[in-house]
Amino acid sequence: MEVVDIHASCDHEFIAKVEEESEQKVRLCYQCGNCTAGCPYTFVYDIPVSQVMRLVQAGQKERLLSCKSIWLCATCESCTTRCPNEIDVARIMDVLRHMARREGYVAEKNVKMFWDTFLDSVEKHGRVFEMGLLATYVAKTGRFWTDMELGPKILPKGKLSFKPHEIQGKDKVAEIFKRFREMQQ
Amino acid sequence: MSTYAYYPGCSGLGTSQEYESSTRAVCRALGVKLIDIPDWSCCGSTPAHTVDHLLSSALAARNLALAEDLDAAAVITPCPSCLTNLKVAVHRMSDREFRMQVNKLLDKPVDRSTPVKSVLQVLAEDVGPEAVAEMLPHKPLAGLKLAPYYGCIMNRPPEVMQFDDHENPMAMDNLMAALGAEVLPFPLKVECCGASYGVARKDIVAKLSGKLLQAAEDLGAHAVVTACPLCQMNLDLRQGQASSAMGHKFQLPVFYYTQLIGLALGVPQSELGLSKLCVNPRLALDAMHAAQAEKRELEARKEADKKTPKAKAA
Ligand code: SF4
Ligand code: SF4
Repeated sequence: MEVVDIHASCDHEFIAKVEEESEQKVRLCYQCGNCTAGCPYTFVYDIPVSQVMRLVQAGQKERLLSCKSIWLCATCESCTTRCPNEIDVARIMDVLRHMARREGYVAEKNVKMFWDTFLDSVEKHGRVFEMGLLATYVAKTGRFWTDMELGPKILPKGKLSFKPHEIQGKDKVAEIFKRFREMQQ
Repeated sequence: MSTYAYYPGCSGLGTSQEYESSTRAVCRALGVKLIDIPDWSCCGSTPAHTVDHLLSSALAARNLALAEDLDAAAVITPCPSCLTNLKVAVHRMSDREFRMQVNKLLDKPVDRSTPVKSVLQVLAEDVGPEAVAEMLPHKPLAGLKLAPYYGCIMNRPPEVMQFDDHENPMAMDNLMAALGAEVLPFPLKVECCGASYGVARKDIVAKLSGKLLQAAEDLGAHAVVTACPLCQMNLDLRQGQASSAMGHKFQLPVFYYTQLIGLALGVPQSELGLSKLCVNPRLALDAMHAAQAEKRELEARKEADKKTPKAKAA
């Protein structure tokens, strides 16, 4: 069991930042556990979502940004919908991911890699190119055999195009990414 | 009927082609007029909002800005994931400050607040199951037992999605029932199927989709019916992986609801795309035809029984 001394390690600035970016009052959480009860991902989480909320209240930045749960949350919105105190819990999970990205924490490398590869594809073509996305992901992670058994199922259906669906405005889409990065600096 | 600005979403060009073509065919048959948003781009889906909310809203908003020129009643999309991104963008942009930030990232700014709806919402509310039932009084889907599966984000969170019930949605149930199908009370209607983790963590999808398939099978469903490209892919393409995870072999066809409406309306096979499904849909359609034949036979026998005594008396 890991012991957390919430007074010694409480990062007040972190709490304020989470509240500001998510526009939610984390202090409203009274630990009823409703969010965890409905969360379909608890079985793969290292910290159940209600405990994530508690750790935010206790300002446990390091512990939260390095956890797996924030990368595995599917934003299914069950927690947000069912919280009796109307806290947008899923948005807090999202904000924790944003912070983890900015500060270089990645507890689930392949998940992050998949998302990044997806966005690279959008930035390049304006729309996501599924076949290209898979090929790049496989090349980057080296997991060549990951979904091999699905190949014979899906390829004959003629659904996966071998060419990207380029759009005229792809430069405009790339500009969105570019301006966003400039704004971040 | 109004005209709608149509946002197909990227998967419609690939893994959910059959959803895309059956959606267009059904809309045409029901008099729902679609105009494609010209040169639409990806809404960013889940990956964008896990990076930043401003980036995510800007990717969605580029399409909303393009749709403004079409002067349509609403922007509509078949895909719940696109729907969420578009709706969240509209929702957040009601804040002036946020809208200004988004517009700074765009070439063409968003001026208006366009309503965004799913195609399902339009079919359920603007067309309505009653109208569909009137068109098809012979109930072409009678005998088909369906587990209706909406997925997690079509109706949640309710403040943003503003459609149907967030714990027990009925839109698809009512449309399917209007066609004569037997719609089962599926308790996992809004549970998550594993979302986009199929590639990076297929163990998660296998487990969560496995649970859904198990529940549908336990109810005696002939098929699952969905309105989401990702849900459909997880349940259908990955059914073998789900079977391994659950230690039980599933063989449950997974339809798009538009394929079933299209089938009932007599839409040509080429547009329905039933052959694009991985689990053979014949399994369900044969069960449906068998049930219909059985019912006809039963009725014929009743009819005959009614006549026989008279015949004897005469
Ligand atoms: S449901 Fe809301 S109040 Fe209850 S534990 Fe979760 S966040 Fe806290
Ligand atoms: S949004 Fe994330 S944390 Fe909330 S219930 Fe869904 S998976 Fe769990």
